Amino acid sequence: MAASSAALSLPKVFRPVLGLGRSGNPAKVTGGSMLHATVILVTPPPAKYGGRHTVTLIPGDGIGPELLNHVRELFRFSCVPVDFEVVNVNSSVATEDDIHNAITAIRRNGVALKGNIETNHNMPPSHKSRNNLLRTSLDLFANMMHCQSLPGVQTRHKNIDIIIIRENTEGEYSSLEHESVSGVVESLKIITRYNSLRIADYAFRLAREKGRRRVTAVHKANIMKLADGLFLQCCKEVASGYPDIQFDSMIVDNTTMQLVSKPHQFDVMVMPNLYGNVVSNVCAGLVGGPGLVPGANYGTNYAVFETATRNTGKSIADKNIANPTAMLLASCLMLDHLRLHDYANMIRGAVLTTMNETRLHTADIGGQGTTSEVVQSVMKNIQSGGPLTTEQI
Amino acid sequence: MAGNAWRSTVSRVVGAMKSQASHPRTFSRGLQTVTLIPGDGIGPEISTAVMKIFEAAKAPIQWEERNVTAIKGPGGKWMIPTEAKDSMDKSKIGLKGPLKTPIAAGHPSMNLLLRKTFDLYANVRPCVSIEGYKTPYTDVDLVTIRENTEGEYSGIEHVIVDGVVQSIKLITEEASQRIAEYAFEYARNNQRASVTAVHKANIMRMSDGLFLRKCREVAENFKDIKFTEMYLDTVCLNMVQDPTQFDVLVMPNLYGDILSDLCAGLIGGLGVTPSGNIGANGVAIFESVHGTAPDIAGKDLANPTALLLSAVMMLRHMGLHGQAKKIETACFDTIRDKKVLTKDLGGNSKCSEFTGEICRRVQDME
Repeated sequence: MAASSAALSLPKVFRPVLGLGRSGNPAKVTGGSMLHATVILVTPPPAKYGGRHTVTLIPGDGIGPELLNHVRELFRFSCVPVDFEVVNVNSSVATEDDIHNAITAIRRNGVALKGNIETNHNMPPSHKSRNNLLRTSLDLFANMMHCQSLPGVQTRHKNIDIIIIRENTEGEYSSLEHESVSGVVESLKIITRYNSLRIADYAFRLAREKGRRRVTAVHKANIMKLADGLFLQCCKEVASGYPDIQFDSMIVDNTTMQLVSKPHQFDVMVMPNLYGNVVSNVCAGLVGGPGLVPGANYGTNYAVFETATRNTGKSIADKNIANPTAMLLASCLMLDHLRLHDYANMIRGAVLTTMNETRLHTADIGGQGTTSEVVQSVMKNIQSGGPLTTEQI
Repeated sequence: MAGNAWRSTVSRVVGAMKSQASHPRTFSRGLQTVTLIPGDGIGPEISTAVMKIFEAAKAPIQWEERNVTAIKGPGGKWMIPTEAKDSMDKSKIGLKGPLKTPIAAGHPSMNLLLRKTFDLYANVRPCVSIEGYKTPYTDVDLVTIRENTEGEYSGIEHVIVDGVVQSIKLITEEASQRIAEYAFEYARNNQRASVTAVHKANIMRMSDGLFLRKCREVAENFKDIKFTEMYLDTVCLNMVQDPTQFDVLVMPNLYGDILSDLCAGLIGGLGVTPSGNIGANGVAIFESVHGTAPDIAGKDLANPTALLLSAVMMLRHMGLHGQAKKIETACFDTIRDKKVLTKDLGGNSKCSEFTGEICRRVQDME
């Protein structure tokens, strides 16, 4: 009750997010001196229509459609109370109607699961990346990726456990470019205090929640003194408010060097957009490849889940050899976000048990299994361990 | 069809002729002068080590030692001392040790100054796994060629309003053309099979798009070398899983910085990685990219491998392949043997002992 009255006194813009009285768990509010960067933990939208959630599904291109079909099949099998609203985005047309429809659908439902939408970089610059448009329109400012070594997968480095938090909306991905003189192109990298404080706060809060000891900011402030300097300064300011968590910083080229030689020194890492792209791909490679790691994009009001390295996988599409693990684990992250923890843990456990069997490994992790075999095995694990499924009913 | 074949033959011959012209004067008799910049910290001791090894190998090199501490020239602009500049302009080849970056000296970093003075537009870093220095990655054999003058490191930044900063990434047609041409020529001269352009044109459509377009245009003139393009994130992902699939990589400044250090990490770090900077007018400066290590300076503990391998790269650039192979083999054999290794390589010998061992091997090879 005290919490709800505190929440009611908040500025009006934050009220619709809180969903008070329904899920019974009002969002936590960060206080402190940073009034401008007060971030509220996202409360999932209230379940509609008799306890079933509606989630937007964007199949995307390449392996997206087939993997998301498997997710739907698995959810139906496990009686997960989630209905998918499918919105197709055609990446080859020049108009942006499709992606705007998708964005409207996500605004309506609050949560989405998506495959990667291909960007043909040979088209004129006015044809922007659809994925980027989605992220910036919905202000999904934080990309979170948890890289964990899976016991059944052979990699050069063992027991890696790194959380990477990447600023998702600005930085080098601002898409602001112009050709001032013929043959000279300028691309602008924008860093703002507001977004840097926001992402740093998100990182520290996440670290505290998950009991992590250290946050490392990755930057290149020795060269980009103003831009990355501002980012680093914001991280330091936020760090001072979390004395229980150790904060240090590292230059991005040294970071990549350390990642391939001594990855165990890293705990939680926070960084601007482009470095996040590089570091997250390096870490995904370290734990076994793009088929194993899920990623999540969080904003204040919306959350979108996908694979961490955002690959379309055009070359392996429709061949039944793609690794469904990343997409299945992403759907588990989505279920956690919707507070359906039991279902999330059930599916996650089944997926990890399947990963332990080398015979079921797909080609990207050195095996010869097919996608459908992996999904069948996951369903079998759920059936033997979990609550009643459609087949038993 | 025949016309195409004839055209490609002509372009190949022209390319070969051009590459011969861009080689500095190779001396079959007589000595080639090289400007040596020992640097700070462990710089002087590793430079002495390299000079000793070259003497043992009887390499036809005459060293001219110069200092490059910045001085304020007429008009208030910081520049390198005139003796250093003249020496380099004459010899066209330089070997540089690590330079200290001053914090509050008022002048920019020395590396930046050298880069601007000699227009060092290409940074070349060959990364080859060293047998005997074990890392989780074996059989790495790739070269990163990084555009060194523009891109994200143009240094143009503004505060738009309080709390909003913009940093400008500059990509120009000429610089992209120049680096692409250098990459393909390097591939041809060193018998490399393919060149991969690394970019992020899906997001930075115009800037990386321009870079990519130029690479494609240059690739047309080098039909004997396979050209591919790959996104930066895909390269990073594949590099840590299987680095053997890469050959020569060419890319703009920031990606080059990150990737070249990533590749250095694969083979064992900056202490064993050579590096070369190619400039306009045939100038080339080879350097070790590690720091000055002030804590071990003067104690005869330093590892001269990075500077030595850079010197070997320099010999190859000058066309002295036989000498280069001899010194390189001696160095790798010493490391593989594991009997005389410096502390960072896992042993506990002194720098002089390590150097002595390599000299002995080189002399034995005569």
